[in-house]
Amino acid sequence: MTDPAHVQSRPDEQTAAAPPVVDVRDLRVHFKVHRGLFGSQLVKAVDGVSFSIAAGETLGLAGESGSGKSTVARTLVRINRPTDGSVLLSGAETARLSGQELRAYRRRMQMVYQDPYDSLDPKMTIKDAIGEGLTVRGVPRARRKSEVEELLARVNLPVALAGRYPGQLSGGQRQRVSIARALAVSPEVIVCDEAVAALDVSIRAQVLNLLKDIQADAGVSYLFISHDLSTLRFMADRIAIMYVGRLVEYGTSEQVFAAPAHPYTQALIAAVPDIAALGGPRPAPLPGEPPNPASPPPGCAFHPRCPLAVELCRTVAPPLVRKANGQLAACHVVPDAPEVAR
Amino acid sequence: MTAPPEGSFLSGQLPTAAVEPAAASELAAAADEPSLGRRALTSLRRDPVALISVIAVIVLALVAVFAPLLAPHNPLQAYPNGLASNGAPVGPGSSFLLGTDPNGRDVLSRLIFGARVSLLVGVVATGLASIIGVLVGGIAGYAGGIVDSVLMRITDVVLSFPILLFCVALIAITGPSTRNVMLVIAFGYWTYLARIVRGLVLSLKEREFVVAARTLGIGHRAILRRHILPHLVPAIIVYSTLGIATSILIEASLSYLGIGVPLPQASWGQMISQGQQYFQTAPWLLVAPGVALVLTVLAFNLAGDWLTDLLDPETSGDRR
Amino acid sequence: MTGWLLRRFGQMIIVILGVVTLAFLLAYVVPGDPARLVAGPNASPQAVASIARQLGLDQSIWSQYVSYLGRLVHGNLGTSFALQDQSVGGEIWRALPYTVWLALGGVLVEIGIGIPVGIAAAYRPRSIMDRFATLGALVGLSAPPFWLGLMLLYLLGYKLSLFPLSGAGSPLIWYLILPSFTLGVGGAAFYSRMIRTTMLAVLRSPYVEFARLKGMPERTILFRHTLRHVLTPVITMIGMDLGYFLGGVLIIESVFGLPGVGQLAYNAIGELDIPMITGTVLVAAVFMVVMNFIVDVLYTVIDPRVRLSRH
Repeated sequence: MTDPAHVQSRPDEQTAAAPPVVDVRDLRVHFKVHRGLFGSQLVKAVDGVSFSIAAGETLGLAGESGSGKSTVARTLVRINRPTDGSVLLSGAETARLSGQELRAYRRRMQMVYQDPYDSLDPKMTIKDAIGEGLTVRGVPRARRKSEVEELLARVNLPVALAGRYPGQLSGGQRQRVSIARALAVSPEVIVCDEAVAALDVSIRAQVLNLLKDIQADAGVSYLFISHDLSTLRFMADRIAIMYVGRLVEYGTSEQVFAAPAHPYTQALIAAVPDIAALGGPRPAPLPGEPPNPASPPPGCAFHPRCPLAVELCRTVAPPLVRKANGQLAACHVVPDAPEVAR
Repeated sequence: MTAPPEGSFLSGQLPTAAVEPAAASELAAAADEPSLGRRALTSLRRDPVALISVIAVIVLALVAVFAPLLAPHNPLQAYPNGLASNGAPVGPGSSFLLGTDPNGRDVLSRLIFGARVSLLVGVVATGLASIIGVLVGGIAGYAGGIVDSVLMRITDVVLSFPILLFCVALIAITGPSTRNVMLVIAFGYWTYLARIVRGLVLSLKEREFVVAARTLGIGHRAILRRHILPHLVPAIIVYSTLGIATSILIEASLSYLGIGVPLPQASWGQMISQGQQYFQTAPWLLVAPGVALVLTVLAFNLAGDWLTDLLDPETSGDRR
Repeated sequence: MTGWLLRRFGQMIIVILGVVTLAFLLAYVVPGDPARLVAGPNASPQAVASIARQLGLDQSIWSQYVSYLGRLVHGNLGTSFALQDQSVGGEIWRALPYTVWLALGGVLVEIGIGIPVGIAAAYRPRSIMDRFATLGALVGLSAPPFWLGLMLLYLLGYKLSLFPLSGAGSPLIWYLILPSFTLGVGGAAFYSRMIRTTMLAVLRSPYVEFARLKGMPERTILFRHTLRHVLTPVITMIGMDLGYFLGGVLIIESVFGLPGVGQLAYNAIGELDIPMITGTVLVAAVFMVVMNFIVDVLYTVIDPRVRLSRH
């Protein structure tokens, strides 16, 4: 079944001859949770998500807890295995890889983790941690030292830190070491899973700017996962919003932030504290809480909290179609773009 | 729509300026931590009990190694002046500092050589048990699934036998000798280490840095070697020290029962067994080896406690 | 909950099977000449040969195993050659009561000494009493039980003639005091230290502080809030100790001359009476496994958090 989201996934890009670096189609990741002696429940953490990332581009993936965004990240680097769907890297299918081929795939897609404390082995020096990445790439021992120094310089860390242990570094420094480690294998794509969420706000800017510099230099693509829309506004070229395992909105940064189509996106944007809007009218808060991914509401999963919900929303899940401003959104109520409505 | 104000959310800029700090302030941000050796010495200085126990362990090791040089007499030799005219053992005196045993052998020398036996058995048995335990526990914890279940059932089965009875049965079948005693204790003790190692590996497996190593594409063997094993070392050290204490007690019990280290070699447990019948006439035969045992086991237990305090905070990883 | 219970029970059965198999391997497969081991060192070659035939040693290991299992199910643990061909099972049955009383006595000592000392030490940390208790605990943990028993016998039984020197008579309890103490003092030491540490942490916790601020008397705080926390793990560990003691504490029984299961094993060692040794070991192990299971179930009943996690 051709998903309209896929066909129209690059809303305003000129028809590029090269395939996107990452092309995810109808990704499903289901977990079986055991209850009692014989019962088990299927948790559909990711239920039919499609997106693509071009070379040198950043796709932001936003959503609250339970939305499945972290699962998407971890599935892309194969910490979890996809239940269904395909993950194409430069046009080649990678979802079912194993063994040697999986190892080769792993080098092309790396991850920077949320926790700056636990993602580095406390008993390994910085240069050994980065060196591990170099081993994977097959860098000979002789060149190890100079490459480590190069990478440290790349992430703006003084070479003197190479012999230290992670416990002696600050959170921001550790995160930069993680970035250096990821860069050591020369990946095409780096998945940043809430990479700056645990850092002090003043440090975040440093790390985000660093990531942007690296992207400009090396042409790496990013899948940037975050619950913080202001960060995404800064980092992402295109944005996808997830709710309970599905995409609800998907378009360029300008499209989504200027005129959000889906009511959930609107609520998320309205909830961001905006210094410029202080003293103005307070936006209406979103009622209720995100549902349990193990038992989502029927029809549109958002309907119990949605101010626009109608009868149809309770029974039929809305497809992802192009809306008036140009981006894709999954909503029965919001008017479609003229060419679709016809 | 007018342009959104500077620094506001919709302008796409971050509210704080991104300034690159100079290298000097980066180094200042990173802390300097004292090495393990220095921490050990500081903690020993503060805790006299631990200090005494560590010294005691070192002294015991030295006694065990240099036994032939330290013992005033030959422990296997029955001395004619070691027995009184009625054949009773001689009490502590100038020629035999701790008296003699019913065969006329010097108690002090036997005590010193007994230290050698106890420590030898303790160290070898515990070392062997550690190797088996780490292998079984490590594989079970890391592989998970059916391998884990099978290995754990086997561990449960061996654990169900009270360790002394188990060793007794094994020795009864294989015959008493020093070598068998070491093997038998190792076959009983590995289960405790296996359980602990398995638990540690299970939690280590989920740590983000192990996940990160897998994502980098590093193979299982390298992960076990580089990431898992170094984190097991503190627990192994602690439980090995306590294991030596336990092994010494078991060896003493086996020798007491007469199926441990065979005569005429000296072993504390055996000396106690001999001393039983003489506790009215020659109490030193009972007291000396017993006190030696208590002090030795105590020293290892206390040293193990100190090591636990020293190494444990490290096992949870460095945190700022 | 029932799911977990069934699974745990199944686990127990598997472990018992494993224990039985290990005992079989030890007795019949590992040794070079199992028939001789069973017949004893003094048996004639004809006796050895007939035993070999009886045990089916000429058959495959598998059929030996099956007939071994069959014998077990009928309660036949073999015959002891040292005790004039008495049945091992029968002897164990006769010796069991003494061991059971001793085990209970040991547990009583652990509870009666360990718990109060631990609690008291927690309430007065670093006092003289606390330091004495810690010292006593350390010695209790490090002293080999047989030596401790001998010293107690010597000092209290011989020198002061307070306690009988050996054997069992009536009133039985008189004969049990010293051995129970020797048996339990190690555990008492361990638990007193554990309780002290745990209690110190709990007494400093926020909700105990809050209870004090509310004006609750110390005693109520102790009994209503802290004890349950501290004692729950201890109770289950003591349950395990009971299983261990029921295995027949070899050395203590031999030092004090109590005719329990341990004494049987001890005598069997001297004669290298393999059927008796393996029989007692088997019984001890099965006791442990069953006790382990009971303790696990008890934990579920006592600690609601555990009950929920097993649902």
